Amino acid sequence: MREVLGEECLDPQAVEVREVPTDETAEREGFVGSPTIRIDGRDIAPTEGEPVGLTCRVYRTRDGSVSPVPDREDLRDALRRHHEHST
Amino acid sequence: MSTAPDFRLPDTDGAEHGPDGVTVVVFTCNHCPYALAWHERLLAVATDYADRGVRTLLINPNDAERYPRDSLDAMRERVASEGPWPAPYLRDSDQAVARAYGAQTTPDVFVLDAERRVRYRGAPDSDHGDESAGSQWLRDALDAVLDGRDPDPAETDPVGCSVKWRD
Repeated sequence: MREVLGEECLDPQAVEVREVPTDETAEREGFVGSPTIRIDGRDIAPTEGEPVGLTCRVYRTRDGSVSPVPDREDLRDALRRHHEHST
Repeated sequence: MSTAPDFRLPDTDGAEHGPDGVTVVVFTCNHCPYALAWHERLLAVATDYADRGVRTLLINPNDAERYPRDSLDAMRERVASEGPWPAPYLRDSDQAVARAYGAQTTPDVFVLDAERRVRYRGAPDSDHGDESAGSQWLRDALDAVLDGRDPDPAETDPVGCSVKWRD
């Protein structure tokens, strides 16, 4: 993730890593699994109907493969969308 | 070389299975992305080695109360929608088998020889994200055991989501 931030000329150190240690925290945060990446509070890959909880999150890469992390191009697109909307 | 515990666990149809001859025991589950990423590769191993007398057992040990996607009903639904699979999908509801084996992750792979000795333990291959990796570590271990050799490596670090233990 920090690599993509750097490639997009954004500060890689701007990432805030937050642990979600309990079910209560997951409920409060609307946390649907690890890792969840939010840019200014917005999930880069929003899901509908996904149950909240301390679980592992399943992503699909652009070639259709299952992955524990989002496709870097999806992350890049999310960063660019955010940049467009915030400028 | 440790001897693996014997067990009998029910599959999604209620039939019981356990180690018998050379056996691949895979602790896995429905919801972990690592388990899902390796799933087809593991099924391919089950298919490819069945003719050589290798039995493959997929075991879901996760706490289904906190993780309903790993319930027996959810396992049944998955097998019904994706199956038939070349290996039974077993429910370790009290997690006793996973604890006895020291399973850490999903997936966590054990190769047992006909005397139930653990001959390989770890990940299926070097990269969950690379289909072409083809569960090669597991295949190499099976080839060695079937040829009467010691697998090399005999152990790798299991990679995946932690087993979801009950509190």
